Amino acid sequence: MSHAPVMPTEATPPLEWPAALVPEVEATIARYPVMRSAVLPVLWLAQRQWGWLSPSALRLVASTVQLPEPEVFGIATFYTMFNMKPVGRHHLQVCMTLSCSLMGADRLFKHLERKLGIGHGETTPDGRFTLRKVECLAACGYAPCLQVGFDYHENLDETKVDALLEKLT
Amino acid sequence: MRGPFLFKDIDTPGLKGISRYRELGGYEALAQTMGKSSPEDCIEVVKASGLRGRGGAGFPTGLKWSFVPKASPKPRYIVCNADESEPGTFKDRELMEKNPHLLIEGMILAGYAIGSHLGYIYLRGEFEYIQRILDQAIHEAREAGVLGARVLGTDFAFELHTHLGAGAYICGEETALLSSLEGHRGQPRLKPPFPAVEGLYACPTVVNNVETLMCVPDILKHGAAWHRQWGNERSAGTKVFSVSGPVKRPGNYEVPLGTSMKVLIEDLCGGMRDGMKLKAIIPGGSSVPLLPASDLDTPLDYESMNAKGTFLGSGGVIVIDDQTCIVDALYNVTRFYTHESCGKCTPCREGTFWLSEIFERLLSGRGRMEDIDLLADIADNILGKSFCALGDAAAMPIQGALKHFRHEFEHVVTHQSSLVNRRKAEIAGVRA
Repeated sequence: MSHAPVMPTEATPPLEWPAALVPEVEATIARYPVMRSAVLPVLWLAQRQWGWLSPSALRLVASTVQLPEPEVFGIATFYTMFNMKPVGRHHLQVCMTLSCSLMGADRLFKHLERKLGIGHGETTPDGRFTLRKVECLAACGYAPCLQVGFDYHENLDETKVDALLEKLT
Repeated sequence: MRGPFLFKDIDTPGLKGISRYRELGGYEALAQTMGKSSPEDCIEVVKASGLRGRGGAGFPTGLKWSFVPKASPKPRYIVCNADESEPGTFKDRELMEKNPHLLIEGMILAGYAIGSHLGYIYLRGEFEYIQRILDQAIHEAREAGVLGARVLGTDFAFELHTHLGAGAYICGEETALLSSLEGHRGQPRLKPPFPAVEGLYACPTVVNNVETLMCVPDILKHGAAWHRQWGNERSAGTKVFSVSGPVKRPGNYEVPLGTSMKVLIEDLCGGMRDGMKLKAIIPGGSSVPLLPASDLDTPLDYESMNAKGTFLGSGGVIVIDDQTCIVDALYNVTRFYTHESCGKCTPCREGTFWLSEIFERLLSGRGRMEDIDLLADIADNILGKSFCALGDAAAMPIQGALKHFRHEFEHVVTHQSSLVNRRKAEIAGVRA
């Protein structure tokens, strides 16, 4: 359960698509007969470019797909994978749903909390890691599972996850 | 060979590429069908094959296709449901990752059958790496003249795109998926009108699961009778089952429908891990009622599961061991649905919240005997009272657990602690 997000209304500096990204934005919109269908892929492009969906980025997406800003805010906050605030360089998403839980996900999450000194939804002070509990990642047979950004890491235990953290600089 | 049909060649190196796919007979069904069989013939063959939707509902595929109005002047769409969000299910991921061209071929053929010239593959947001695999395969298919203005040189045009979701279980429900694809929040719509009549952009649309679409090319190539060599009269063909939980060899297994759960769990998965015994099985993804270990010999087909009060669902088989607390496991499942309720319908939004609250009370040792009946009462008040099946998915597992494991709920109340709880003990063991 989370409380309804509130759309920021203060003035923010305008943002533009980097020139190199403009062809991709246009090609994305061209894939659909109706422009608003492009809102999710265009939000993804913004998140890939800036790491999170700042108010300025949301405004840019809204004008790109010709939707009102509050509408885009409502869409972005409905989906769990859009970052409405900045995240660390490595976004650790631990699956907590039943199959992973049966195979030790809770233990793994607690280990990560202890090791990193942060809890669910928090970021280390050096900006290296953000830790999150997430729901089923479709990796149930390879549990427990952790997604770092988009990368799947499966069949984990404490030793393997420690070795993984070492590599994520 | 890991399975008789869809998994026959799945581990062939290089199958992802169009040349290896073609060497193994890929796109032959398309060549054999385009301009030679009529769309109506295709629908009839798929109907006769007995193929049913493999995403969870098990609706007959050919019948679904036949609901698309023939006379409609509107464009038609074919949409692949690759959201694979049902807990316990991870089959579509492996199928798409290893054999993307089979999905493309299935979608073109489905498009041809219903008169659609544009298709979308809706992937869950976490499947970004699969989107890259599919986009590469789509690119190859376009270069090879398999996709585009003239499919294999015929007059039939078909274009295909991938579309990435962004984290929402509900988008696996077909009307919510369409809302999401249209650029709205992923919330379901009331049916009717069914998508076949008013789907994407209010145009006739067929939404099929990945595994379902992947069955289509070989069915059209070899015929309905060929497909019926597996399974039985009402549950024809094979099914990919995803097995998870503490078994020796979890993973995806393709078996003929009607195969006993015992064969799947004991023979193929090697049985339980050492030191554990089987307590319960969730046979079709977390949305379906569980079965006790005594039902292990139930055949894996639609009718046999219904006869036991549960469903074949998506084929996500979650195995629960004797050291796991059923109340705790059900709390995990209930918390999932509370998190994923889209908020549109009051019984589901409020009901799932209160179910989770009651589970927390029970598991924190403050439970009252009447809480058990309250769980049943709330489940009953959610079931069938919302737009889509998410509410039902939250309610039915609780009803199943109370039917088979009520004594564990009562134990939690009378002893203020679980009968067994391996998970709790494991967390307590994490070093500071």
